[in-house]
Amino acid sequence: MLQTKNVTFFYNKETQFTFPELKCNASDVLLITGNSGKGKTTLLHLLAGLLRPKNGEISIENTNISSLSEKKLDQFRGKNIGLILQQSHFIASMSVLENVVLASWLATGKKAILKAEKLLAELDLENQKHKLPSQLSIGQQQRVSIARALINEPKLLLADEPTSSLDDENAFKVADLLEKLSKEYKAALVIVTHDSRLKNKFTNQINLN
Amino acid sequence: MIAKLAWRNIWFKPLNTLLSIILLSSSVAIITVLILLQKQFEEKFSSNIDGVDLVLGAQGSPMQLILSSVYHIDNPTGNISYDSAKVWMNHPFIEKAIPLAFGDNYRGFKIVGTNSDYLDKYKAKISKGKLFDKNFEVVVGSEVAQKLKLKIGDTFHGTHGDAKEGEVHEHIDYKITGIASPTGSVIDNLILSNIPSVWQMHGNHEDENPAHGEEGHVHKEDEHEHHEDDITLNEPNMEITAVLLKFRNKMGIVMWPRIIAQNTKMQAASPAIEVNRIFSLFGIGLKALEYLAYAIMLISGISIFIALYNRLKERKYEFALMRINGASRFQLLSLILIESLILCFVGFLFGTIFGRFALGFISNSAEDDFKMAFNPMEIVWEKESILLIATLVVGIIAALIPAIKAYQLNISKTLANA
Repeated sequence: MLQTKNVTFFYNKETQFTFPELKCNASDVLLITGNSGKGKTTLLHLLAGLLRPKNGEISIENTNISSLSEKKLDQFRGKNIGLILQQSHFIASMSVLENVVLASWLATGKKAILKAEKLLAELDLENQKHKLPSQLSIGQQQRVSIARALINEPKLLLADEPTSSLDDENAFKVADLLEKLSKEYKAALVIVTHDSRLKNKFTNQINLN
Repeated sequence: MIAKLAWRNIWFKPLNTLLSIILLSSSVAIITVLILLQKQFEEKFSSNIDGVDLVLGAQGSPMQLILSSVYHIDNPTGNISYDSAKVWMNHPFIEKAIPLAFGDNYRGFKIVGTNSDYLDKYKAKISKGKLFDKNFEVVVGSEVAQKLKLKIGDTFHGTHGDAKEGEVHEHIDYKITGIASPTGSVIDNLILSNIPSVWQMHGNHEDENPAHGEEGHVHKEDEHEHHEDDITLNEPNMEITAVLLKFRNKMGIVMWPRIIAQNTKMQAASPAIEVNRIFSLFGIGLKALEYLAYAIMLISGISIFIALYNRLKERKYEFALMRINGASRFQLLSLILIESLILCFVGFLFGTIFGRFALGFISNSAEDDFKMAFNPMEIVWEKESILLIATLVVGIIAALIPAIKAYQLNISKTLANA
């Protein structure tokens, strides 16, 4: 589960952010909405431990991540946080399956090949697993990054505009999958978005405006 | 896994990789050839002068005397009187004196009049047959026997002088009585007889052949003396080409060149000094090639650097992604270093192989021109491991800046600007 308290951040004097308190339990979905420039992505990066807050506390599974060292944070992030980005990035030289397996190896030192195959099958990507990521459609790529985010069974699943580049059909498919899988893996799911299609689907929302 | 990823990344851009590897392997190949060539060239030259302190011969260029009488790759400086050479050969300072008389060749291989000491000096045994005994009996070197497919009992006519195309002495046959064992020295490419054979071959028809007046070919000085019988070593007023001297008293090595130059019409040249001169002349060419090879290696280092640096821009999302998945900064650093090191190692491997092929070609042509073969399969461990280390250091330096940039990558900024 995720809990934040009095989190503030600033890049410089002009852009300062004070974020409302967040709470999201395992298997729950929290939607963070807001217009551009309101710090949606900054908040997501703070939650993922990519940025450190200037004040306040972010705890995931009762661990205050802002107190971890850089190296510990890398390990913690790999094991406990799954990240799905607006644009999917992959290791271009590795196949879909290898990309997912690499994520398990980087986090745990073990190659979860069977689990990766199972996840890809669940996401309807069984026939694509030996292709290079660049050979897949955008919707398929987004599903691969979901598989990659889930391979280590994270406690927290963060999604940054996961549907904004998808058409309606794919957007709902991805939203359904995210909801279903986060329940299945008992992860807290936080989605940052301005996509109104999602606002109608998930009721637990926080608006940064 | 990091190594596997590095390997995949290398082959993801095959043209970049190919360019870097080609540049690296060509510089490694050149340096490998130089290392092997220099070592084996020096060994070959030095082993042939083992046991030769001075060479006694006709006046002229000392280097020419050494090249002709020790290495058989130049024309002789002229002839010396055997009678006056004998005075020095029998001197108490001398441990061993080996007389050499040049005259003819057979299909390009020199026929040298000498005695059994010459075979002993190069540790050559008679592997088949027996040593020459009577006039016109010859022992052929192992290479000669193999190349010309000669066997014991074969006879042949000598050709006058050094060139294959010279006038053939058809009136007397040489007869092969023995084949020498391979030694790796000049003797493998020579045909050996006794000295009177050379004298007799050129004695009997002196008047008919004015070409015999040229320098460096042994013939009888005294024309009116005609022999029905075989000439022996005791024949007066004869000439030989050179004498290889080994001293019992090392004082002579220093003293004799001056004494002989002042008191006789001969000279005594030191092979050690002349060989050093050859090495230093040869060394200038080698140095120039060496610098060229280092320049190519520098360029290949720069090409690896540029390739890695350019890829860094495309790959920063990959790196950010790996960090998100739990990769440490250090793993990214080592990924780039490993990529560069693999490139360099593959380049080194191909380079040493190509270098050996090149040396094989050089060896073939050197064998035709100078009767000098090189062994491409030799490994000069010390210098080649230094070369490997140098290549890997180039790889590390080329990867350093890209690796540090990957190490310092700001994930949040990279992803936010995506």
